[in-house]
Amino acid sequence: MFGAGGGTSSYTEVEETDVILLWGSNAREAHPIYFHHVLKGLDNGATMYAVDPRRTSSAKFADVWLGLNVGTDVAMANALGREIIAAGLENREFIAHSSQGFEAYKAHVEPYTLDYAEQITGVPAEAIREMAHAYATAETAQILWTLGITEHHNGVDNVKSLCNLALLTGHVGRWGSGLVPLRGQNNVQGGGDMGALPNKFPGFQDIGDPEAHAKFEAVYGMEINPNPGIHLTLMFEAMDEGKIKGAYIIGENPADSEADVDHARKLLSGLDILVVQDIFMTRTAELADVVLPSSVGWAECDGTVTSSERRVQRVRAAVPAPGECRHDHDIIGELARRLGVDWGNPTPEELWDELRGLSPLHQGMSWDRLEAEGGLQWPCPTIDHPGSPFLHGWLWEDDLGGRDPSPFSVTEHEGPKEQLTAEFPLRLTTGRALDSYNTGVQSGGFENPIRYGDALDINPVDAAELNIENGERVLVTSPRGSVEMDVRVQPDIPIGLTFTTFHFPDLVDINLITNDEWDRDSGTAEFKAASIRVEKLLGPRSEG
Amino acid sequence: MTILETKVALRINGEAVEVPAGTSIHKACESAGIDTPTLCWAENLTPVNVCRVCVVEVEGSRALVPSCARPAEEGMVVETDSERVRHSRKMVLEFLGSGVNLEQAPELHEWMQRYGAEPERYDQYEMPAVRMGDAPKIQDNLFIRDYDQCVLCYKCVSACGDDAQHSFAIAVSGRGFGARISTEYDTPLPDSACVYCGNCIGVCPTGAIQFKTEFDLRAADDWRPDDQDVTRTICSYCGVGCNLELHTQDEKIIKVTSPSDHSVTNGHLCIKGRFGWQYVQPDEPPLNA
Repeated sequence: MFGAGGGTSSYTEVEETDVILLWGSNAREAHPIYFHHVLKGLDNGATMYAVDPRRTSSAKFADVWLGLNVGTDVAMANALGREIIAAGLENREFIAHSSQGFEAYKAHVEPYTLDYAEQITGVPAEAIREMAHAYATAETAQILWTLGITEHHNGVDNVKSLCNLALLTGHVGRWGSGLVPLRGQNNVQGGGDMGALPNKFPGFQDIGDPEAHAKFEAVYGMEINPNPGIHLTLMFEAMDEGKIKGAYIIGENPADSEADVDHARKLLSGLDILVVQDIFMTRTAELADVVLPSSVGWAECDGTVTSSERRVQRVRAAVPAPGECRHDHDIIGELARRLGVDWGNPTPEELWDELRGLSPLHQGMSWDRLEAEGGLQWPCPTIDHPGSPFLHGWLWEDDLGGRDPSPFSVTEHEGPKEQLTAEFPLRLTTGRALDSYNTGVQSGGFENPIRYGDALDINPVDAAELNIENGERVLVTSPRGSVEMDVRVQPDIPIGLTFTTFHFPDLVDINLITNDEWDRDSGTAEFKAASIRVEKLLGPRSEG
Repeated sequence: MTILETKVALRINGEAVEVPAGTSIHKACESAGIDTPTLCWAENLTPVNVCRVCVVEVEGSRALVPSCARPAEEGMVVETDSERVRHSRKMVLEFLGSGVNLEQAPELHEWMQRYGAEPERYDQYEMPAVRMGDAPKIQDNLFIRDYDQCVLCYKCVSACGDDAQHSFAIAVSGRGFGARISTEYDTPLPDSACVYCGNCIGVCPTGAIQFKTEFDLRAADDWRPDDQDVTRTICSYCGVGCNLELHTQDEKIIKVTSPSDHSVTNGHLCIKGRFGWQYVQPDEPPLNA
């Protein structure tokens, strides 16, 4: 909504901020070293509010934990906005100068009173009020979030509702204030930067922008399709409709990671051709017609990745790739050659320089500077530019530089797609554990004492009602399927809510039951909210 | 943005030195090109003043002062190489060396040579030996603790506690010769509050806490620092972008550290960054002894 696809702030800013809203993020486990910066902020006197259905290990460091019902984030955010306005704590000068659409926003959030929000979110009105006042009156404040915000069918609305709060209070575009989405993978930011989005060229240049279009066509010497592509979720829909008949998958394991995974596996198996390029024989690779073994990007190959603070950093080869594995860029180049286009054999540095020539955000980041300066944060448009610790400082300039003031968004509370019913009375949400990662392809390579495998966390009250004990193996069923798994009885998980990780699909195929409802704008599935029932297993207990 | 810095002027070994206010004497010495030994101080930790190796003489001060913790002051007159300082450092290093196995602390050997320390002259006394002779604690596949090599510098405690990790899994228990870095009630590490970030390994100056991989290679007499390389890269887990230093020998990763002077990690990592690299070399013996 501010016009750039990245977190606004540097990690070190959170060490100096006054108020932290940690929203839908268990950074203590999912982003542990970022959480070190948060801890420094807390040690320096910051107040932290943790908004999360679970009382996570991160929430335990917060001054206040607001344990909202799953999928009620928009209601919470709108209530914060309403309370800030009702108390006269909005930043009127900033709103007048740097935003647009405030009156419509104000009218829209009017019904979201504290009492109404308490009813929807389950969080006491007083706690919501306290957070609203703390955030609005702080000199500097940051909102940090991760997949607890985005992995919903209305994830984009969730994000917009948080951005509204920053706009309302002027907590953006200044050192110490900002909006911080923490990225889940070491180069998910870099993927977006490089144009791995359906509608963007590298550097977030719109493919519909005629000037950008002409620039790329001139450099590549060919016509470029002006129509946006489609995102992953729509690709699966297109496979379902028979419109996509082949796929070339690089470094992704959708046969384990997709919600309602059984459906995804059937679609992948039904393709005319599936090519998978990966460092491992993943479940997806097992379905492929052709597997292209590649080197490990961060330990066997040179290149760059971009972090959650928009810092482009060098990765370097430390060990040789085994056997016939080749670097990703070599494989792609060879594929192009077989298709009749010879790109030569560019080095990672030459590829980087090609990008710099096309993306103004990266223009000033020479390979030598990336080496010497420990990485650089975009935008870095010129060779003498120091990089940008935070974004959107222009919002505070007297002259907005021809830019449109930043728009408020109107977002409505919807709640999870899948309602709780008598048949499926418990809420299931998913997330990461400290020692593991995604489908376990990488973290499965080492064992450690804190690993417990995927287990269903359930409140003692629910466990007692179901007559199940800690460690017992149970049957977990959603409208899409069933899995067997062990139970961990946990007092930190609220009554009515259950939680599991998804790191061991060979042992617990959890995505058989997760919800594949997805966001219209981002394509992200609602991994955070399924409805389930938990049943005792009949017969002798199988060994878990 | 211009940050106005107040400077203080002092004399170190007769030379005029000017540093920003708040700079430690240790840092001021460094800026004057004087190498001051220290065990318990680290760039990424708060000074705890326990090792006494870094002491210097400050004019007007009755006792020697720890340079790592004492800020430089206007007009201070500091001696880092006086007879008194050399004598003190020599004694401290001898005490350390007489009670602890310092084989894996090459820096300490260098200092001992510099100050003519002879820890052997304490061999005739039996008391220091009370601290020696424990078998290394091997309670998991990730790292070991060898108390014979521990100089009680507290760095691991600081890194586990409020200087970085905030897990508070270890502290010093006992008194005098009985003092030990310990988990609560000396419970085995896997049952303690430890989350295996290994930040204690990262700051340990003597190898008392070390990677199991390093321990095994040393045990097999195959730890060859001259054949090792260090490559800086970025961790493959999550999107924080932690800088890793991959230590390699014979084209295999053998351990991972992080640079303490980088703004992302300040030298600290989590369990995945520190130990999660094994998948790169799946044919090697797995880390699951």
